[in-house]
Amino acid sequence: MRLLKLVPDNTNFDFMKWRNIAFAISMLLVIASIALVATRGLNLGVDFIGGQSIRVAFNEAPPLDQLRGQISDLGQGEATIQESRGAALPGATARPEVIIRMPLPEGDEAAAARVATQVRGVIESNYPGATVLAVESVSGKVSGELFTSGAWALALAMLGVAVYIWFRFEWQFGAGAILTLLHDVALILGFFSLTQLEFNLNIVAALLAIVGYSLNDTVVIYDRIRENLRKYRKMEIIPLINLSLNETLSRTIVTALSILLALMALMLIGPDVVFGLVAGIFIGTLIGTYSSIYISAPVLVWLKVTGDSFVPKAAVSGAERVGPRRTEDGAQV
Amino acid sequence: MLNFPRWKIWAITLTCVFGVLLAIPSLLPAHVTENWPNWTKPHINLGLDLAGGSQLLLEAETESLNRQRLEAVEDGIRAETRRNNIEIAEVSTADNQLTFAVVNPAQRDQALQIARAQGGGSGMGGQAAEWDVSTADPNRIVMRPNPTGQAEAIKNAMATAREVIDRRINSLGTLEPTIIQQGAERILVQVPGVQDPEAVKKLIGRTARLEFKLLAENVSEEQLASGRAPAGTQLLPTREGSSLPPQIAVQRRAIITGDQIARAQQSFDEQGLPDVSITFDSAGGTRFAKVTRENVGKPFAIILDNVVLSAPSIREPILGGQASISGGFTVEEANDLAISLRSGRLPIELNFIEERTVGPDLGRDSIRLGIIASIVAILLVIVFMLITYGRFGVYAVIGLIINALMILGIMALFNATLTLPGIAGFVLTIGAAVDANVLINERIREEQRRGRRLLDTLETGYKEASTAIFDANITNTIAAALMFYFGSGPIRGFAVVLMIGIITSVFTAVNVTRMFVALWVKRKRPKELHI
Repeated sequence: MRLLKLVPDNTNFDFMKWRNIAFAISMLLVIASIALVATRGLNLGVDFIGGQSIRVAFNEAPPLDQLRGQISDLGQGEATIQESRGAALPGATARPEVIIRMPLPEGDEAAAARVATQVRGVIESNYPGATVLAVESVSGKVSGELFTSGAWALALAMLGVAVYIWFRFEWQFGAGAILTLLHDVALILGFFSLTQLEFNLNIVAALLAIVGYSLNDTVVIYDRIRENLRKYRKMEIIPLINLSLNETLSRTIVTALSILLALMALMLIGPDVVFGLVAGIFIGTLIGTYSSIYISAPVLVWLKVTGDSFVPKAAVSGAERVGPRRTEDGAQV
Repeated sequence: MLNFPRWKIWAITLTCVFGVLLAIPSLLPAHVTENWPNWTKPHINLGLDLAGGSQLLLEAETESLNRQRLEAVEDGIRAETRRNNIEIAEVSTADNQLTFAVVNPAQRDQALQIARAQGGGSGMGGQAAEWDVSTADPNRIVMRPNPTGQAEAIKNAMATAREVIDRRINSLGTLEPTIIQQGAERILVQVPGVQDPEAVKKLIGRTARLEFKLLAENVSEEQLASGRAPAGTQLLPTREGSSLPPQIAVQRRAIITGDQIARAQQSFDEQGLPDVSITFDSAGGTRFAKVTRENVGKPFAIILDNVVLSAPSIREPILGGQASISGGFTVEEANDLAISLRSGRLPIELNFIEERTVGPDLGRDSIRLGIIASIVAILLVIVFMLITYGRFGVYAVIGLIINALMILGIMALFNATLTLPGIAGFVLTIGAAVDANVLINERIREEQRRGRRLLDTLETGYKEASTAIFDANITNTIAAALMFYFGSGPIRGFAVVLMIGIITSVFTAVNVTRMFVALWVKRKRPKELHI
């Protein structure tokens, strides 16, 4: 049986030739994303702005204006009503579902919970047979805390890994990793601002997953660059990075494809509730794969990385090795 | 690298078997494992988003506790000074402190002693006083709550509140609630499989502070209208829909409270309307008999959570220690109130600050869809691995399946909770586990191209790939650990699966597949590699 080879052996793409153009495009996208988030904003879920989100399944699709009117009559603010793809198992028909979002009510911390009760009452009395599938009700205080803890988790995770990479490799690599991650996070935020998919705590989990994946990709490439810096001491940095990227290209593509395949399954047939999360990771995987080639690697060129610090003292004065290395340990820092 | 001593093969095999066995009880349907002894079925908990249920976060209103304590100490001071014939004036409880002036300067020291005794709490054996007593002006005494004493009071109140909530939920039947205190002032309640979360909320949110107070006499219309009650009395709103005036003035001091109730149950009054009949404990009964005897003919108010339910007159002394509370209840409301009274009042007011409820239908659909999607995801990856790496793909796939089962097994071992984001984390981990195999296999292909001998190719492939695997996974572990530590809710659910997945995937990708390769090489002595 012939095995599938997505990437032919011994490719020799000149990735670094395009580094300035790619970087310019990346910067444009980052700026566009920031501008988008600043102007259009994110569709923040109740986790972060407080209020209620109530998911209801009806026997027949309700007239949305009528429903909105009935809820507005409560005097607790304007409801945002959104139709939702129901969660139906294959073969079953989904009941029409809507998600009712209510703003954070005025008043004390307990007010949010009371509004949820009232909305429930309206639905149960006006639409017999309707089922309240899920209720999320978050007070202003809690939403503030969730936002802060989510932001801290993200920031510290990024900082933590950058520090590790700095110690394990060199400071240029740490800087490259954190730039890559900032780039990825900015673009993902831009994606969520553009699509207006709900941004909730799950999406923070998605962001963290993307950070993890992008980092994984970056580290694999850095690892190869470090190895080649030790191996080919005379080689210029640009051809060396090109060599490393080509050597790891097959791995990059195979891994990205397997993850994308898995995510696609989850995105297409998985529960509606995690669609945003999975879609975020899907896009993030694409971005992360791109950025580990076109952000993390060129940064090393600009920061003028050299192989000196990776070579054991004794070897620096010794003969330069050009051929394939024997299997002595290569893990000195 | 490919040299596997017999003990190592055993160790790896046993670890795999153990990990997979741990996962089995979670995968079988509940009715199969029903009769197994408990130790044979470590189980993965399903988060409320999958199992259905309610998660409620309650926060204490510490203000209310401070106010209660202030009132209590004020009552104590008034009673003690009266008993000792000390006249006090200008009593104020503003700014969360009690101040009063001693009218006769000669009695100041005696008053100070009383204040110290009242503010001491248990005060013995080096325990900090609950109130700091000081003097301002020569004759004014100031009592401030001591921060340590206050924290202690909140701590005790929260502990009691937890027990009370536990009793109340348990009275609803076979729910299996989780009730945990979070931080100093919050209680997290998780009730899986609950059908009517509103009922639960109503039941546990009610303070259920029942008080019997005499009506205040001599309160003028103007005072009522201005909302300012004379010293020692207070104005309370009355229950909506009752025939009482909207506000009633009552004595501040309760003649008896719900704390002395021995039993409470729903019953019906003479007109057949639902009410709650209560029986005081023996001390309460005695006290109730005494005050009703002393106050025959006078009206009193039955007050629940600072709302006057009714204001009947005492027709005759009540000696049996029994009373009934009516207030336009429905049967359900009366029943709920009876449960609340039986389980004791909440020592501190609690507000719901977060609610997350997932109905059982949605949860069931989510988990089914999640499982189907995960299986499809794994199948896609398996096919992809097989057509890409052939024999080495088979090894990778076996590693992958063991890995998936081991993640579930370890989660079951630690009784971890699987949530919806956790399922996403699971799928991602499967993807990442593939990466380790991809790294190894690609490296083997590379080394093969460099024209190494077969054994050397495999050795070098595994060895060189392992630094990248190591660094990539360490960085991911750092990220996951930080997420777990600083994140909340779904982030944690995600991080747990990720951390477990990282450990198992390194184990299966590096050790298990390598073992298979080693065994293959040993048995078949292959001359060429097809990868």
